[in-house]
Amino acid sequence: MTRFAFLFAGLFVCSAAQAAPQDLLQSYAVQAKQENPQFQAFSAARGEQLYHAKRTHSSGKMLSCASCHTDNPKSAGRHEKTGKAIQPLAPIANRDRFADTAKVEKWFKRNCQDVLERACSVQEKGDFVTYLLSLK
Amino acid sequence: MKRSLIVFTLLLSGAAWADGNANLAPAVSNLKWKTECSDCHMAYPPALLPERSWRKMMAGLGSHFGQDASLDTATAKEITDYLANNSAERAGGKRAKKVLGALGPNEAPQRISETAWFVREHDEVAPQVWKRAKIGSPANCNACHQGAEQGNYAENQIRIPR
Ligand code: HEC
Ligand code: HEC
Ligand code: HEC
Repeated sequence: MTRFAFLFAGLFVCSAAQAAPQDLLQSYAVQAKQENPQFQAFSAARGEQLYHAKRTHSSGKMLSCASCHTDNPKSAGRHEKTGKAIQPLAPIANRDRFADTAKVEKWFKRNCQDVLERACSVQEKGDFVTYLLSLK
Repeated sequence: MKRSLIVFTLLLSGAAWADGNANLAPAVSNLKWKTECSDCHMAYPPALLPERSWRKMMAGLGSHFGQDASLDTATAKEITDYLANNSAERAGGKRAKKVLGALGPNEAPQRISETAWFVREHDEVAPQVWKRAKIGSPANCNACHQGAEQGNYAENQIRIPR
């Protein structure tokens, strides 16, 4: 029994870690519908806007997602404070993106807070991922 | 000949250890620490701060040097325990003594790069050098210490970028 449970847990971990970006979007869509019955679809155009939108942080600094991920999500970024290299965010350039739900959620929480000083809505997260997936 | 070369090399590396302790790789590693603490910068050696500093830092990851570096509770606890177990107090050695010796009993510095031993050790680096584009700040250890990610801070591994 314990061995079986272990195996099962193992399977679950594997499938969670390898869930395709499409599965992530699907679960965002389900959540979005629950939060807002009027929810229609995610929009790559709105996601693109979110990606580039510059905002003055309360620290006085001008920030956007592009500050670290660069204006082109297909190229490697650079951490705006530390200078550390960041792999590209677009899945076409980096297959590991949007495949690990826990990792994606961790970074949306952190980065939305750092740039927007609030959490991102499910609609925003879905738009953002849709935009990055639309890049060829 | 070969054997004496080996003995010689051993002696040399022994000397490097005793002198200043330039090897700062923790005795054991931890995967969570290695991955979670190296996304925004390299993972800094746990032996360069006292336990109280790490505990304070780990309790405030929601606002970590102006950034949200928050973690889930279980991961944060595992990393806190790891840092505590490999802190300056536990690591021992000459370097750890220097780190602790320069601190008051309740001081809990959050920056390695502002501790007294660090400032003294780096007093030959001119202020404008830290500002060079390829360095940026003293926190960027691996800009100069080529072996920093492996915990190697030996003098022959230092290259200051132009
Ligand atoms: C201060 C720098 C910085 C800014 C600004 C920033 N990010 Fe990030 N982002 C990072 C770092 C560092 C990582 C993690 C390193 C990695 O995975 O390569 C990351 C990773 C991510 C991930 C994880 C993707 C995956 O599957 O691996 C998402 C999602 C993300 N960022 C979204 C955003 C959004 C949305 C914004 C704007 C609101 C933003 N980021 C702004 C630094 C930043
Ligand atoms: C979301 C990004 C991010 C993550 C994740 C992160 N840090 Fe940091 N950390 C920073 C920034 C930004 C600085 C300030 C760097 C600078 O001034 O150049 C910093 C600085 C530090 C410093 C001080 C460096 C100095 O000046 O001596 C320590 C120590 C540190 N971090 C430890 C950690 C530990 C331990 C973890 C893992 C629990 C961690 N960090 C995870 C962003 C991050
Ligand atoms: C501008 C380049 C530069 C940066 C950045 C830098 N160092 Fe150094 N470091 C040096 C130089 C130069 C020395 C002095 C070597 C000497 O005199 O033996 C040194 C010496 C040291 C030593 C002593 C080595 C020994 O032989 O005992 C340690 C430990 C060390 N640095 C750690 C760090 C850490 C940790 C960081 C990041 C928080 C850092 N350094 C950032 C240039 C740098």
